Amino acid sequence: MAFLELENLTKIFSANAGVRGVNLSIQKGEFISFLGPSGCGKTTTLRMVAGFETPSLGAIRIDGRDVTHLRPNQRKIGMVFQSYALFPNMTVAQNVGFGLKVAGAANSTIAGRVKEMLTMVGLPDHGDRYPYQLSGGQQQRVALARALAVQPALLLLDEPLSALDAKIRISLREEIRRVQRQLDITTIYVTHDQEEALSMSDRIVVMNEGQVEQVGTPFEIYNYPRTRFVASFVGTLNVIKARVIDPASRRISVDGQTIATTSELKGAVAGDMLSFALRPEALRLGESDQADGNRLQGTIEHVDFLGSIIRMRVRFGDNAVSLDCFNSPTSPPPAPGSKVPVSFAPTDLRLLDNG
Amino acid sequence: MKESRFGSWLALAIGTLYFVIPLISTLEFSLRMKRGEYSLEAYRVVLRDPRFQDSFLYSTTLAVLTIIIGVLLVLPTAYVVRLKLPRLRPIVEFITLLPLVVPPIIIVFGYLRIYNTSSFLPLTASARSTDLLLTFGYVTLALPYMYRSVDTGLRSIDVRTLTEAAESLGAGWFTILFRVILPNVRSAILSGAFLTFAIVIGEFVFASLLNRPAFGPYLQLIGANRAYEPAALAVIAFIVTWACMGLIQLFGRARTARPGS
Repeated sequence: MAFLELENLTKIFSANAGVRGVNLSIQKGEFISFLGPSGCGKTTTLRMVAGFETPSLGAIRIDGRDVTHLRPNQRKIGMVFQSYALFPNMTVAQNVGFGLKVAGAANSTIAGRVKEMLTMVGLPDHGDRYPYQLSGGQQQRVALARALAVQPALLLLDEPLSALDAKIRISLREEIRRVQRQLDITTIYVTHDQEEALSMSDRIVVMNEGQVEQVGTPFEIYNYPRTRFVASFVGTLNVIKARVIDPASRRISVDGQTIATTSELKGAVAGDMLSFALRPEALRLGESDQADGNRLQGTIEHVDFLGSIIRMRVRFGDNAVSLDCFNSPTSPPPAPGSKVPVSFAPTDLRLLDNG
Repeated sequence: MKESRFGSWLALAIGTLYFVIPLISTLEFSLRMKRGEYSLEAYRVVLRDPRFQDSFLYSTTLAVLTIIIGVLLVLPTAYVVRLKLPRLRPIVEFITLLPLVVPPIIIVFGYLRIYNTSSFLPLTASARSTDLLLTFGYVTLALPYMYRSVDTGLRSIDVRTLTEAAESLGAGWFTILFRVILPNVRSAILSGAFLTFAIVIGEFVFASLLNRPAFGPYLQLIGANRAYEPAALAVIAFIVTWACMGLIQLFGRARTARPGS
């Protein structure tokens, strides 16, 4: 049985906004990310799990116990907020020990646990400081220690790294993942940063307009996006419109040039227009070195020199794709307007569900 | 440019003289009780007067009670309005402003009609219950200042997130309000408290019409019958008020000195 179950979880704010029918099962010790753009419902879903929002419909079960209508302080959850939310009037040690003090733990127990938690987040000597004396990264570590000190059943993190600079973000996300693995605590992590979600999660829940678009491992989400939204939101993606020539042999036409795909074209008939996804890193400038490789002739529209990577835009007609090449000092990139062949494997051309 | 600066200085000088001359005159007059020399005789007489001590102690006690009741009334109200009922904020603000619009004499006559000895709640029937009524009256008078101070304090912290953080750690409403929110708006509450203290110490209308031995009516009584002592009392009242204002500044500065709070 799943440790956390969300069953038809719905929150209606108005006709268009909110969360609609979220169903999700999370296993004990799993690290799940809710990924999506602003307003997609990821934070609302998290807040319903935390108890800060009451669902309009549906149920939330933690370890088999229905907590849908329990108050947040009865759910045994630990929460980390984007704005740290440390209590400014308390020292770091008092902040970390707050939950235990509320629970009526003995002072010696609190002191021991605070020390343990602060050591775990790498701030063993910061107990006497006040939050305003710490950097943003340190404050968020304290917030994590505080959330974990009460040994919650579930750890919820609401965009905890959004307010931090890039370097700190990377080190802290590794830290969060290390601590989560060490404690084997079931975790939900809300973010709009795909890199964060891909690098940290066991599974990712991609959300859009209040609904779950796809649930899968980072590998699945990136390589096998099921909808156009997932494909375009996670990573850079080329979406190609192609006309079906022969569904049986999976041959399609892109702006008059015939290529093949390995995606099944079930239900499609010759002449149908379908959308296919193609990652920039799957494309290669030049002829294919495989006999069954696809080849499209196009024109360089734009070249971006990004240092180690050169990103080019190639147009075939109505369709255009971005492709990445490694920079090589011995071969400068082609100039805009040049005619070039672009090749890729049929397996890399994936049919989008709602094409 | 120079002309406009001259105008500013002139306006400041006139304003300063307008406020300072009567004060200096009062101070100078209060020191002239002994013929032909400056002395603190008027202050000695006033401070030794048992009626001064009693009335000052009485008003101070009521001021402290007013502050306690005011905080217990205003802090949860402002907190709930900010957190749960933001739509009610204009209405609550309007209600808290009413004591500035309705003259104290109207309020106290209202009290006398509602709480007289033949009413359903005869608060004026005994001295103690009248003290209680007077305290409630002072809470009403101080409401605009106390509410604004507390509300400003709440605005300076992230009430919602702090509440949610405390709640997720298992805290109930009482703990959240008194161990998380209150300590973080302490300086704002103290500002409201000192303003309340200054108002209560000098209040005359309520105390006089409810016939209670407060400092305001004592000031009036001395003023009507003596020459130098009222001047000394006026200076003492000013010092008390200024001390309160100074403390507000001090605590206000303490708050801004800690960006985290």
